Amino acid sequence: MLRMLLRRLFLGAVTVVIVSVIIFAGVEILPGDACTAFLEREAQGRLLENCREAQGLNRSAAERYIDWAASALRGDLGVSANGGVSIAELVGNRLGNSLLLAACALALGVPLAIFLGVVTGLWRDRWVDLVFSTGAIFAMTIPEFVSATLLILVFSVWLGWLPGIVLTPADAPVAEFFPEILLPVIVLAMVMTAHILRMVRSSVIEVMAGDYVQMATLKGVPYWRIVFRHALPNALLPAINVVALTIAWLLGGVVVIEVVFNYPGLGRMMIDAISDRDLPVVQAIALIVATVYVGVNLTADLMTMVLNPRLRTHYMRQR
Amino acid sequence: MSDVPIPMAPGRSRHVARWGGVLRDVMSRPSGAIGLTLVVFHVVLAIVSPWIVPYDFKAMDAALMLKGPSDLHWLGTDHLGRDVLTRTLMGGREALLVTGVATPIAVAWGGLLGIYFGLVGGRLDEVLMRVVDAFLSLPWILKMLVLIVTFGTGIEVLIPTLAFFYGIPVIRIARAATHDVVARDFVSAARARGHGRLTIIRRELLPNVLDTLMVEGAMRWSWMLLAFSSLSFLGFGVSPPTPDWGLMIADARGFMSFAPSGVLAPVVALSSLIIGINLTADALAKALGLDRAQKAPV
Amino acid sequence: MTAPMIEIAGLSVGFTGRAGATLPVLRNIDLTVRPGESLGLVGESGSGKSTLALAAMGYLKRGLRRLEGTARFRGEDMFDKSRTELERVRGGELALIPQNSGQSLTPTLRIGAQLGEALRLHSGLPAAAHRDRVIELLGQVRLPDPEAIFDRFPHELSGGQQQRAAVAMALAGQPAALLLDEPTTGLDVTTQAHILELLRDLAAERGMAMVYVSHDLGAIARVCDRVAVMYAGEVVLEGTARQVLKAPAHPYARGLLASIPRLSDPGLPVALDGRPPAPGQAGPGCAFADRCALAQDRCRAEHPPLAPRPEGGAARCFLSDRAAELPISGQGGAGAARTQGAGLLALDDVAISYATPGLFDRLLGRDATAVPTVADIALTVERGETLGLVGESGSGKSTILKTVAGLLGASAGEIRFEEAALPPVVERRPPDQLRRIQLVFQNPDDSLNPRQTVAEILEQPLKLYFGLSGAALHDRSVDILDRVRLGAHYLDRLPGQLSGGEKQRVAIARAFAAEPDLVLCDEVTSALDVSVQAAVLDLLDDLRRSQGTTYVFVSHDLAVVRALSDRVAVLYQGRLCEIGPSDQVYGLPSHPYTEVLLGAVLEPDPDAAPRLTADDVVERAPPARGCPFQRRCPRKLGTICETDAPPWREAGGGHALRCHIDLPELAALQGGDGAEGRAGSAAGP
Repeated sequence: MLRMLLRRLFLGAVTVVIVSVIIFAGVEILPGDACTAFLEREAQGRLLENCREAQGLNRSAAERYIDWAASALRGDLGVSANGGVSIAELVGNRLGNSLLLAACALALGVPLAIFLGVVTGLWRDRWVDLVFSTGAIFAMTIPEFVSATLLILVFSVWLGWLPGIVLTPADAPVAEFFPEILLPVIVLAMVMTAHILRMVRSSVIEVMAGDYVQMATLKGVPYWRIVFRHALPNALLPAINVVALTIAWLLGGVVVIEVVFNYPGLGRMMIDAISDRDLPVVQAIALIVATVYVGVNLTADLMTMVLNPRLRTHYMRQR
Repeated sequence: MSDVPIPMAPGRSRHVARWGGVLRDVMSRPSGAIGLTLVVFHVVLAIVSPWIVPYDFKAMDAALMLKGPSDLHWLGTDHLGRDVLTRTLMGGREALLVTGVATPIAVAWGGLLGIYFGLVGGRLDEVLMRVVDAFLSLPWILKMLVLIVTFGTGIEVLIPTLAFFYGIPVIRIARAATHDVVARDFVSAARARGHGRLTIIRRELLPNVLDTLMVEGAMRWSWMLLAFSSLSFLGFGVSPPTPDWGLMIADARGFMSFAPSGVLAPVVALSSLIIGINLTADALAKALGLDRAQKAPV
Repeated sequence: MTAPMIEIAGLSVGFTGRAGATLPVLRNIDLTVRPGESLGLVGESGSGKSTLALAAMGYLKRGLRRLEGTARFRGEDMFDKSRTELERVRGGELALIPQNSGQSLTPTLRIGAQLGEALRLHSGLPAAAHRDRVIELLGQVRLPDPEAIFDRFPHELSGGQQQRAAVAMALAGQPAALLLDEPTTGLDVTTQAHILELLRDLAAERGMAMVYVSHDLGAIARVCDRVAVMYAGEVVLEGTARQVLKAPAHPYARGLLASIPRLSDPGLPVALDGRPPAPGQAGPGCAFADRCALAQDRCRAEHPPLAPRPEGGAARCFLSDRAAELPISGQGGAGAARTQGAGLLALDDVAISYATPGLFDRLLGRDATAVPTVADIALTVERGETLGLVGESGSGKSTILKTVAGLLGASAGEIRFEEAALPPVVERRPPDQLRRIQLVFQNPDDSLNPRQTVAEILEQPLKLYFGLSGAALHDRSVDILDRVRLGAHYLDRLPGQLSGGEKQRVAIARAFAAEPDLVLCDEVTSALDVSVQAAVLDLLDDLRRSQGTTYVFVSHDLAVVRALSDRVAVLYQGRLCEIGPSDQVYGLPSHPYTEVLLGAVLEPDPDAAPRLTADDVVERAPPARGCPFQRRCPRKLGTICETDAPPWREAGGGHALRCHIDLPELAALQGGDGAEGRAGSAAGP
């Protein structure tokens, strides 16, 4: 068991290393460097020299990569090309804010999705299913900025129930983000719920049509007991992976939401950095996000392994 | 097993007949009928709109800014006095052009690479999968923005960028589908006969993986449109004054409270296209007898 | 007369087809089972037997509905009961043992929990007593180490153990009647025999009524008192086991029996042509008329009723008195003279290993030094003969075939084809060698590309090996199809439009299109219905005679192997145990494993009893040293079997076996040891 864990961790670490190389290489390949990108037209003479000194751009690529990677491990993400501020500082509370948004969306979306997914799976083709499945298609396919805009139109402009924009500063304590955070959370949760719902639904349908559910019926097990003891533990296992994938999506989708609602999170910071051509910041954010993604996937994999008896034995046997 | 009855016609026309049957099956389902109609409608609209619009999409009329719907302007005007109806009707052109070209490229390159590695396996395959996983762990928006910001927003940048990044997940899917097919005996039989790899890919694997790729292609298209319009929304896609729904929504949302039609029109247009594609993909999957687990867009 | 336990009257079940028509799956079924009686339901795929067994519990699969009739259990119609009443009866008084227990046990619950649930629902025992009772039940089904099994998950058990656990679960509710839906399908020969003995004993002890559904007449013969034969959704023959299996009064039953290969009958079985009608396709007359040798006009026009027979039982046939004219066993002697040829294929000390190190191990430089899956294989195959390879799961027979075919590389030893070395993998073999060795797979659904028409499938070898095209290609394809008895109109069909037997014939056609010298058959009949198997075997024999092809024929079914093979090799855990001419291998003296195998074979004869001498333990890997059979051998000598590899002992005529016991002693032990129980001792038709 431990060996399996270590193996997975090792593979996760390998992925993160490859990501870091891709990020670094990607930035390297682009014409120019961090300084010419940021300074643009002013990239010449003294300014350029100083910037390059500050960024340490006069060393070889390999050296710089190792330096960057090593520092990152220690928590030092370098300095922004825009004024030389420590990136770790800049990122600090932004990351926290984005995580808050993501966490709220997950807390709302995942239980709702699982509940609705089970309901629509069990009552397949009845009106409950039609309503929510159709709703899910809509929520899933419409771009987040569209649904965000629509929701703002309805709930903020027309009904005036919720604020349509976030004015709280980045370093404010968590409590101050409510109620402004509500609409963004709802939009995010909507999309997430739709994806997970559909997946849970098809998993529930598949399991309920399967052999062991039939056997349980023929063994005289009451319906609801079958659902909770026999079907759901099996049907919800794949949901773990879907939730992980959705979190991965979330890391991207949250960017658009943050822009629409002016939310002070990592996503908006990334957009700003890209617009400003502040490459070191972009690099750092990319690394953070990728690491979170890998971490989430790893957790999902491990959870699945722990909860699925078949996988547990399979991996144990490989020893 | 597919529901589609397969007519007995020899040679090339058998394939045509099969896809004809699939088309009929798709249209017989409500999701398919609605979806396909929407898609065809939008494609036709994108092609003919320059000839049917009442106004020039660039024409600004300072006196008529942000007016509501009227006899002159059926959907009102935007913040620069341009006709909303015209811009909405033409708003899909760029999006459809870019995504319509990029999607087949993405599916083709991702698919072929995925099939090849699904068959060959080995060390290179393992390494490639790690790299693919690593790539997929970066948020799409980041990857694309970096390239766009460096190279510009013209379609000569957008098409390859979208095609490249959206082809990567196709590698995984094609590879997984290939694994399923390779496990079956007819592939071993072909190998035992002495057929070479390319022959096996062409004759045994591709025809069996094609269905999955077609459905995946439809989904890719919808996600690509989503990405494209999001990019436009953020200001990194289409440049003004070209009409584009994403851009229109971005421009108009500041004025939502008193000129909602400027936002609603492109919202309806964009949503109907994307929903249409999704419904079609769903119906296509059912017609081909494929089971699709929903995945988050990457 | 005691009231019947299960009484099905006039039951018809059907579903709505695509065009809106009602298609029947069961038509007007009348069946009774008395307390303590075991009834066998026999039929092939599509006969409706499984549907009937489930209907007896009032259960119909999604999409099916009851059209008319009743299914009574203890006098009450199951279809009229409320959900709560059904829940009380099912799993309690009336229990089901499912077909594939591996899939019918919930993967996320432990065995103990699942059996405990049955006790909770149906036994009224206090919760504290559950654990002990479960362990007791597991012991009653003869599972070794019940306490360990209590805590295991279903996938941690072998197929045979899973099935036993399912039996225990059914017994938990103290059933008065058991329904068994093909409970031994997919299990090894020895495992199957053991489970059937268990069922027999339990039924006898507890006086339970049983309905045993199967296509395997041997299993039915062993367990059932009465038998009902089903065809196209109807009961066509009914009677005692002896009546139905030894003197059936219906042409279909006779045809079915004739198509089963038997150990006692060395010849090829008689094939039953055609296939049963699909639901809704049966005409106004007898459903079997199209395939019946005795059929008259009346049979096609009028639907025969199930009429009682003077000797007892009932038959649905106007001509049941004449049914005795049809044979019920093979013609015999079809293992005809083979041309004496030189050695075609030789395997020299071949070993094959499956274990492949993973990424981690490779990084750490560790090699998988496991015991090879297959080892010490020395075989020769003469031109024109058929060599049978026999063994249970894990015997390595398919592995050897794949290695000869070049899909797998041998890790040691050499294979020679016509005195020339055969490169281990396909990619290194010259086209001529590739052409001359062809492989036919087990499952025709998998071995034909679903996207290619039959013409395209046949085209591949013809183009590749002979460079044919155009008219020449077409003509040759038609010719080949003709040889496998399929008409030219099959060329445009896709595999999805063909039946299992037809697909397998196409696969055989594809192999023969290359004009091979050697055809490797990997369990080619195992996935087919019983009556279809005979047709394929007949075809293979026919082709052998006309083309002079050499076969290596792999199967787990000893009777099938015997029907077709000149020489037979017996494998256990990847090692050769015995090899020689068929009649000698199937006779005495035998390797102890061969003895166990032959003893476990079930003949469709109620008077034949299997002899079970070894446990049905499934071994995961061969032992590192000594005899591969050491752990299960009933004739084990002692530690010598564990330390030394047994020597080859020649019994003359090419017959040899590996055992530490010398031949005269072995023959004496086996000859004097209950030889009358050997399958096939019963009188003929």
